[in-house]
Amino acid sequence: MEPIKDHSGPAIVTLDGVTKRFPGIVANDRIDLEIRAGEVHVLLGENGAGKSTLIGMLSGLQQPDEGRILVDGREMPIRSPSHALSLGIGTVFQHNMLVPTLTVAENLALGGRWWQRPKIAELAARVADISRPLGIEINLAARVSELSLGEQQQVEIVRALLRESRLLILDEATSMLTPQGIAELGALMRRLVERGLAVVFITHKLGEAADFGDRVSVLKLGRKVGEIPPEHLRTRDRAELIDEIVAMMFGRQAGDDAVSVPLRAANDDGLLEVRNLSVTPTADAQGLDAVSLSVGSGEILGIAGIDGNGQKQLAEALAGQRPATGGSVMLAGQPLDDLDVGGRRRQGLRYLTDDRLGEGTVGAFPVSVNYFLKQIGEPPLWRSGIERSGEIVARAQDLTRLYDVRTPAVSTPVGRLSGGNIQKVLIARELADGARAVIFNKPTYGLDLANTLATRQRIRDIAGQGLAVLLISTDLEELLSMCHRIAVISQGRLVGIVPNGAGAGERVGRLMIGLAA
Amino acid sequence: MSGEAVRAATLDGSGKDASRRDIRRRLAITLGPLLVSLVLAGCVLLVLGVDPLAYYGFVLDRGLLSPLGVQQTLTRMAPLLFIAAGLIVAFRAGMWNLGGDGQFLLGAVTAAASAPLLVQALPHWLALLVAFLIATSVAMLWSLVPALLRAYQGVNEIITTLMMSFLGVSLANVLVKLLFLDPATTVPQTRTLAVPDRLPRLFETTITSGLVFGLAAIVIVHFVMTRTAFGLKLRTVGANPRAAIHAGLNVPLLTVAVFAISAGLIGIGGAVDIIGIQGNVRADWNPAYGLAVIPVVFLARMNGLAAIAFVFLLSVLSIGGESAARRLGVPQHFTMVLVAIVLITLAIAEYLDHRFNQARKV
Repeated sequence: MEPIKDHSGPAIVTLDGVTKRFPGIVANDRIDLEIRAGEVHVLLGENGAGKSTLIGMLSGLQQPDEGRILVDGREMPIRSPSHALSLGIGTVFQHNMLVPTLTVAENLALGGRWWQRPKIAELAARVADISRPLGIEINLAARVSELSLGEQQQVEIVRALLRESRLLILDEATSMLTPQGIAELGALMRRLVERGLAVVFITHKLGEAADFGDRVSVLKLGRKVGEIPPEHLRTRDRAELIDEIVAMMFGRQAGDDAVSVPLRAANDDGLLEVRNLSVTPTADAQGLDAVSLSVGSGEILGIAGIDGNGQKQLAEALAGQRPATGGSVMLAGQPLDDLDVGGRRRQGLRYLTDDRLGEGTVGAFPVSVNYFLKQIGEPPLWRSGIERSGEIVARAQDLTRLYDVRTPAVSTPVGRLSGGNIQKVLIARELADGARAVIFNKPTYGLDLANTLATRQRIRDIAGQGLAVLLISTDLEELLSMCHRIAVISQGRLVGIVPNGAGAGERVGRLMIGLAA
Repeated sequence: MSGEAVRAATLDGSGKDASRRDIRRRLAITLGPLLVSLVLAGCVLLVLGVDPLAYYGFVLDRGLLSPLGVQQTLTRMAPLLFIAAGLIVAFRAGMWNLGGDGQFLLGAVTAAASAPLLVQALPHWLALLVAFLIATSVAMLWSLVPALLRAYQGVNEIITTLMMSFLGVSLANVLVKLLFLDPATTVPQTRTLAVPDRLPRLFETTITSGLVFGLAAIVIVHFVMTRTAFGLKLRTVGANPRAAIHAGLNVPLLTVAVFAISAGLIGIGGAVDIIGIQGNVRADWNPAYGLAVIPVVFLARMNGLAAIAFVFLLSVLSIGGESAARRLGVPQHFTMVLVAIVLITLAIAEYLDHRFNQARKV
């Protein structure tokens, strides 16, 4: 790649301590960011790192809860998508927003004044002015459905430029492209910044960040954990950069938990035994390919991996929520394969989902009912199918006290609690009444520091009491801070199991990105 | 987090003041829109050249105040209550059974066809019971196609129930004209159930005892939905289907059960209308109660007890409206215009109230 000249100009948009919370999670936690003219600014992070939320705020779809957004150095709340456009901020979203049945020209003319006939001739001249210097060809007469995804993306970029954008945001722009298309997009971004535009390029692929970026910011679990400035970026070669970015994405941060792996007795009998568990992939979910693992009494086995490699499917197949096509699951020597969700739960296998509001709870139902969502109809809270309100409230109050759930009352709808407290409700539900093995899926995702630490301590405690814990997390540091062993999942297969200890972090990290340990 | 807790605490409002203010607000956003709707509907009447005050007076007189009118109103409530009960079960479980008319008519026609034959062979009470069971089963069967499609293929039940309803209405008609035709009459209709064989009337009035069954049905449905494990399971499926799967509920089975119960209750509604009130089904008869009750159930927020009050209101309007239609020449469908205006103004009031609350919070 040719050496990059210094085009960096003034900052167009500056984020200053921007925080955004959603019910149950902190999506962005005090993010500082400077987007300068003449730079490709790469935002790198895994799913759930907070990239989309950040884009949402830059493009006016969402408003920050705290912090300031400055445009050209002046404080300026971006009120709406049309306001963002008028400020010169254009966004090309991950899923393209063109109307497939209309022609390119008609798509570009959309959003004009409704009482005027679109001036196609004028439009053609302007499109030519914009696209020629960029070396792209736009066929205005073509129907959008006939274009390749790369071509559609070019149309979207031209549309943003037609509206005189100075800052172009490309959200996961390469996810649908062929390698050839990705290279073309890279060259196009280079030409755009040479003309003085700013480009924000969102990706979760390390290689693209190193190849296309002038400046790289790394997001992790809603926090910005590092930034590589252009001076630094230019003087390193690709391999060094990738190493550095890996260290940022998977490395330790201030405020992280101290390493403390709970002690366990020497008996290594597998409490939870999984043999060749397989799940057929579906259109939108990764499958599982003969996963085998064994978790002993008092052991915490970590499952590491880039998000979306089958972690959720593994948890759901174990819990009985997703049908397995092969293999077996045993808990303390008892086969669970013929049991449904309720049956497995009664045997002591518990699953704490990562999607607290989406599937873990019913937001409109009171806290009390949400504690018992997985045991509706069971005595003593129900007798012959009829609810015993008094018992339910009393038991809910016990659990609230025991698990330190901060709620105004047990009759409060659970959706009104903070993420940390919803998580406590789920923990109480899964750990109460005879848990023997617990699957935690991303238990600290979106929690603030205090709740994160409390949750981790809770997991250590139950392992200390002899429960088997399967801890799924995309946060490698979390796994290193508490697991006895760490298994790495990649594309639905376990690609290795690493005992925790010195050097484990690097070995797991390399397995995660597809290198041999 | 603490801010949220504080807000939640004030919303829970242990103080009596807060709850009294809340009740007053609820009354205001319910009664205000009702008055506005009466005025708006009055304007429509003015355009038609009818004196709105005379119309409303007439509706009130014939639907509520005259002895005969109020008996008719209470009789009309019987089938409507069953329909409301059926819809509440489905809507609370998040399933939009819009096929009420088809299920109602099929229930009515099979009851009309079977009851006059059964009373000749069986004891009176048993004959009626069997007729009810037949009507219920047929309505349940009619809901099976949408239920299975929704449960196992995820096909949108709004479309399928609506389509099955068209088919059901037509099938009911065909049955009346071809199969269940009473050979003794020239007009196409089913055999008529003799008045003494129908459901007994209450005391010395013309009110059918079907009203008592209807009230019992809706109260039981309300109890089941709010106080039992089965009701909670259905409400979980309705409020968050993914949470239902996560909690290990058998969602497909519950879906089929919901459709069966909902359609079954509506089918009983049809049977009550025939066995208790009409005595037979004439060809092309379709009162379209199913669609009329849907807005009522929404107004009651799917609360069974509130639905009783709203069903009463609908009955007053429709009985009064039918009389007014004959006397003042206002089309009979004007009742539905009025109900629709009420629904829209209530929705607008709700929206404004929500916006106002939001604005106050920020």
